[in-house]
Amino acid sequence: MLCQECGVKPATLHFTKIVSGEKTEFHICESCAREKGEVLPGTSGGFSIHSLLSGLLDLEGAGKEKTAATKNTQSLRCDNCGMTYSQFSKLGRFGCSSCYNYFNSALDPLFKRVHGSTSHVGKLPKRAGAKIMFKRQIEELKQDLQQSISQEEFETAAGLRDQIRRLEKEITQE
Amino acid sequence: MSSLRFTEQALSDWMRSGGSHCEIVLSSRMRIARNLQQLPFPMLASHAQAEEVLKQLAPVFNKGTDTGFGVFELLKLEDLEELDKKVLVEKHLISPNLANDSRGGAVVLNDDESVSIMINEEDHLRIQCLYPGLQVREAWQRATAIDDIFEAAVNYAFDDKRGYLTSCPTNVGTGLRASVMVHLPALVMTHQINRILSAVNQVGLTVRGIYGEGSEAVGNIFQISNQITLGQTESEIIENLHSVVTQIIEHERNARERLLSDSALRITDRVKRSYGILSYAALMELKESAQRLSDVRLGVDLGILEGPSISVLNELNVKTQPGFLQKMFGDEMTATERDMYRAKLLRETLGSQH
Repeated sequence: MLCQECGVKPATLHFTKIVSGEKTEFHICESCAREKGEVLPGTSGGFSIHSLLSGLLDLEGAGKEKTAATKNTQSLRCDNCGMTYSQFSKLGRFGCSSCYNYFNSALDPLFKRVHGSTSHVGKLPKRAGAKIMFKRQIEELKQDLQQSISQEEFETAAGLRDQIRRLEKEITQE
Repeated sequence: MSSLRFTEQALSDWMRSGGSHCEIVLSSRMRIARNLQQLPFPMLASHAQAEEVLKQLAPVFNKGTDTGFGVFELLKLEDLEELDKKVLVEKHLISPNLANDSRGGAVVLNDDESVSIMINEEDHLRIQCLYPGLQVREAWQRATAIDDIFEAAVNYAFDDKRGYLTSCPTNVGTGLRASVMVHLPALVMTHQINRILSAVNQVGLTVRGIYGEGSEAVGNIFQISNQITLGQTESEIIENLHSVVTQIIEHERNARERLLSDSALRITDRVKRSYGILSYAALMELKESAQRLSDVRLGVDLGILEGPSISVLNELNVKTQPGFLQKMFGDEMTATERDMYRAKLLRETLGSQH
């Protein structure tokens, strides 16, 4: 698809802008995006992945009534670096790794939108990873346990319970 | 070994060997973003905090040497001349971001420049491995091994659910950006490129110009990389990229064959004209030189020209960049002077002395 602005370069940015219910689709190339900076959501002059992200974050609340929940989200604050959620949504970047904890309740929709997923399934750090692997296993076993109980398979349930206890013991021993 | 070595030579040693599919794939690159616990990310870090990051990470390189990763040299960005920074960017050894805002920034390079580790860029640590041709698996193996060495020595910011925590939400999870640089002139000439690029976008990959974010594709060179870093394993990301790039190579090959069979005279004319212009012009703008070099590269691949080797063409791609020209011919240059020296460099390298 060619850029709808210059009609020369391939369109590499595709997005939809909704203003008071009216939907407009954009298919443009990066150089036109940079020139047109102002008309795109969440940008002011310079166009970058961060301004695009912050546009996404801002849109979360836009168009809707500011509910108590969104107000609460905006006032979330990271105690480690001092960044607030509203600063984060303007910058499109976290201040430190603790921000992930403090903003956790608001992050799922963002990650879902950017990555289509909210949880990591890849590499685990070797030192901290063993514990996480046990935790992941325990979570799975607990789900199985619930299922066996609801299906009244008590023998299986007892076995699962023992397995969970063993793993929990191993974690505390580490 | 001095820092000058890294900026005097246009072609990194790793680029001299071809690698698989090297007639179409210029390079494969893995970048892993990591951060230390607690310390603010570089964007917010004070000078002292940035120094602390460097203090924690720098000793690890000695361990790297012990475990067989070769010799590394650490360069602090504040100690480098502006021009040297520019050249490092043109060689893809550091990002424009690190060159422009180098508070507490450093780069660690190994002897053949195939490993470049940036400190205090957007994240505390960015491990980058470069391989010639299509070698995404090999590049990943090396990057993850280096990652393991760091992980054994420092405490990474890692979360059970979110994975490796990064400054930008687009890198969270694996922190992995796997990319491949491809030369696709026949797909561009046969107007198939847009269709292919939009298909690429639909499978979670993204396409950019060769100098990264915000730059346009010059000389028919495209960078294809993964877009998603959360919810996919590293091997899924790498295999997806590998398989898509393999298919693109196939399409490019078919398009080249079709060009040769359907319009041999036209393509021969185009290649030879470009070769002639590069060999004789007195002024040469960067954009034109990139396009003409692309034609010549295609001509060499198709056997239309016996001319310059792929290695010489790779070298010219880097040497014709503004920073490198200034490095070779003098610091202060007007745009016209740059075009003049670029033309001179091309004439001399491609054999004509006129």
